[in-house]
Amino acid sequence: MSLWLVLTVNSIAFGGLLFLLSAGFSLIFGLMRIPNLTHGSFFMLGAYFGASFVIWGSAPFWLAAIIGAVLVALLGGLLERFVLRRLAGQNEAQVLVTLGVSFMIADLCLMEWSGDPISVEAPSPLQGVARFGGLIFPTYRIAIILLALIVAVALWALIDGTRLGAMIRAGVDDPQMARICGIRVSTLFTVVFCLGAGLAGFAGMIGSPILSIYPGLDSDMLPLALVVVILGGTGSLLGSLLGSFVVGFLYNFGQALLPELAYFVLFLPMVLILVMRPQGLFGRRAP
Amino acid sequence: MTALAIQQLDKSFGGLRVARGIDLVVEAGERRLIIGPNGAGKTTLFSLITGEIAPDGGSVALFDDDITRMPARRRAHLGLARTYQIITLFPKDTLLHNLLLSLLGLSRLRWNPCARLAKQDALQQEARQRLAEIGLGHIADRPLAQTSYGERRRVEIAMALAQKPRVLLLDEPFAGLSLEERREVRALLATVPRDVTIVMIEHDMDVALDFADRITVMHLGEIVVEGARAEVVADPRTREIYLGE
Amino acid sequence: MKRVGWAVALIVLAAVPLWVGGSFYVNIVSQILIAAIFALGLDILVGYAGLISLGHAGLFGIAAYTVAILLEHGFGHSVAIIAALGMTLATTMLFAVLALRTTGIGFIMITLALGQLLWGLGYRWIDLTHGDNGVSGTSRPMPFNISLDSADHFYYATLLIFVAVLIGMAILTGSAFGASLRGTRDQPRRMTALGFDVWTIRFIACVMSGLCSAVAGILFFYYNEFISPHALALSASAEVLLMVIAGGSGTLLGPVAGAALVVIMKSVMSAYIERWNFTLGAIFVLIVLFMPEGLVPGSRRLVRFLLAAAKTGRGAAPARSGG
Repeated sequence: MSLWLVLTVNSIAFGGLLFLLSAGFSLIFGLMRIPNLTHGSFFMLGAYFGASFVIWGSAPFWLAAIIGAVLVALLGGLLERFVLRRLAGQNEAQVLVTLGVSFMIADLCLMEWSGDPISVEAPSPLQGVARFGGLIFPTYRIAIILLALIVAVALWALIDGTRLGAMIRAGVDDPQMARICGIRVSTLFTVVFCLGAGLAGFAGMIGSPILSIYPGLDSDMLPLALVVVILGGTGSLLGSLLGSFVVGFLYNFGQALLPELAYFVLFLPMVLILVMRPQGLFGRRAP
Repeated sequence: MTALAIQQLDKSFGGLRVARGIDLVVEAGERRLIIGPNGAGKTTLFSLITGEIAPDGGSVALFDDDITRMPARRRAHLGLARTYQIITLFPKDTLLHNLLLSLLGLSRLRWNPCARLAKQDALQQEARQRLAEIGLGHIADRPLAQTSYGERRRVEIAMALAQKPRVLLLDEPFAGLSLEERREVRALLATVPRDVTIVMIEHDMDVALDFADRITVMHLGEIVVEGARAEVVADPRTREIYLGE
Repeated sequence: MKRVGWAVALIVLAAVPLWVGGSFYVNIVSQILIAAIFALGLDILVGYAGLISLGHAGLFGIAAYTVAILLEHGFGHSVAIIAALGMTLATTMLFAVLALRTTGIGFIMITLALGQLLWGLGYRWIDLTHGDNGVSGTSRPMPFNISLDSADHFYYATLLIFVAVLIGMAILTGSAFGASLRGTRDQPRRMTALGFDVWTIRFIACVMSGLCSAVAGILFFYYNEFISPHALALSASAEVLLMVIAGGSGTLLGPVAGAALVVIMKSVMSAYIERWNFTLGAIFVLIVLFMPEGLVPGSRRLVRFLLAAAKTGRGAAPARSGG
């Protein structure tokens, strides 16, 4: 019984982490139609930054995570403002540039932090296990789940309750119409890109006690974010949340039960959804 | 002989009914004009006829063939050709290449991965000739992007005619043209022989009215008035639709 | 003039073992040619059909693995090669049927997923593929009883195949079908109205592209005498896509130039520039900013501009020729 429980908790926790990563991607993709292939790099960079602050700056875990996220957000903003903005609608160029930047970031990380995996400890109050109703749960993983839910609620409040959110929703539904209504779409794009990148960076640091930080983390996480977004539907927060949990389960249970077909199990639903319902479970427009 | 027979054609997009029980019969060789205010569903009707949009109900027949379920590309092979409101040709290619494509679409050659297109003399000659017929032979090798709007309209019509259609659908062929350009297009259309049936959507009454044998007036997805030119012009409902807007 | 250029290039390539300075460098050129074959095949989709695929390494890999695994189980080279071509063809057709349900970004996503599927199989189906350890080969085929073991001989075999593929591409792109394909890239709706079967045209393009990937994959295996899942990873698909885009999609030489750029950076420059990955990434970004249509068309534009400026003595913007 406990194997199932452990797998379940891990799946939900991993799903929470994926949500933090994919929510940003979903917004960027849903709003700007940019397949941001740098997103995995943002995740990895946020982890490296945060880890540096903790290990060499002796900063508290959460502060390091936030500073790391802000730095990544700034980087994302620069990328969007000075490079991606010029390439609206040009898929080939966007792919080339985002991949090129991801190469650059990956190599810089390798140069700065070398190839050895870095592990970061979870903040001390969250280390160890918690007992609940006779069952034992790893505390940090529970914390991730709660954190993901808090962020989900915060994002939902932002998107559904604020003017900024209304503008984002309008832009996702119909960018041209949004422009006509006077929404400053370019500024909106930069803001959303920063938000997405920052979330990814934050997720990277949050995930580091579980995943550790290593070269190649970016290309490990990026396809997962894509599966989440495709399953859940672009531009939909609820879709990203549910998609994240689905992928979390597929990934963990797949690895445990069908190790030979683990990736098959993961990517097959993505293929099927794209074929049968391209807008995903909750998306508004097909990619 | 009936060139185009549409029966009880229905189409809705979500809650919006764009075609309500449309019945339309166009005789072979006829010049039919379809008019109506914006949003009447005229272009949608064309797209239903060509198969770009699938109807919710009803049928479309081209001469003796029921084409309701037929994929759009096959309708071209049965003699249906169309121009669009917004010109979507191939701007990076030359006028000649644009015309070649319209000839290629109906030729078995289009599947041939070895036959060098530049060496297909018969096709090249026909394309040049058709361009010459519309007075654009001298700029056949110019990229489409470097031609005027009026010239592009004429190329589009020439391409449609190159498909040797039995029924030609023209969607606002005069839109955006100068007076001189309208006269040129009007003259071009006058040369089309009567074995081609023409159905035209137009807004500009001056040019279109004397073109048509019969006129169909549409409003909100329905056909409201239909008849010979004089009848339609005199009909109070026609005025209501246009003036009541 | 053009013919002279091609003849010179052919002579230069044919003489490579004589002037390039050692078998290390001959091997580099072999690698470039193999990558070029792969990139040319991908360009059929990217440049001519207008469909960006991020999963092509999967097709490349399945060909390589089929040869590797069959050889390991005792089959002969001919059987292995034919089976690899057949296997890749079948996979390509299946993938095409799935992927052609969408276009644009959807196509990118679905090809990425399909590529990852194959990578996952290579990585995890350990009984068959030995997972991360890869599959090794021990011998190369001997066409007409000529050994391909030496770098020079293998290079010539690769060169012959490359030239054949290049000629095939030239014929294809100048053909009526090539024009049909480009038309579906530019105006699919209009092409349908003109009577073209857009889906089938794209499907055939996928199959041709898959065939090139298979040829490249088979050569790749024989070159390395080894195949590992790394060759099917997302980064591998990204790399070949970058070769096409950076070199100039939709041109004959673009993918070749892109292949040369990437292989030279990886294999040669990596000895001199420590941060070659960074440099490569930076080059890609610069290409997007200053020569977005790719190296080959961009360079042509630059050369024309310079020639025109030299002729008139002042800067003159040359007119864009059609096509």
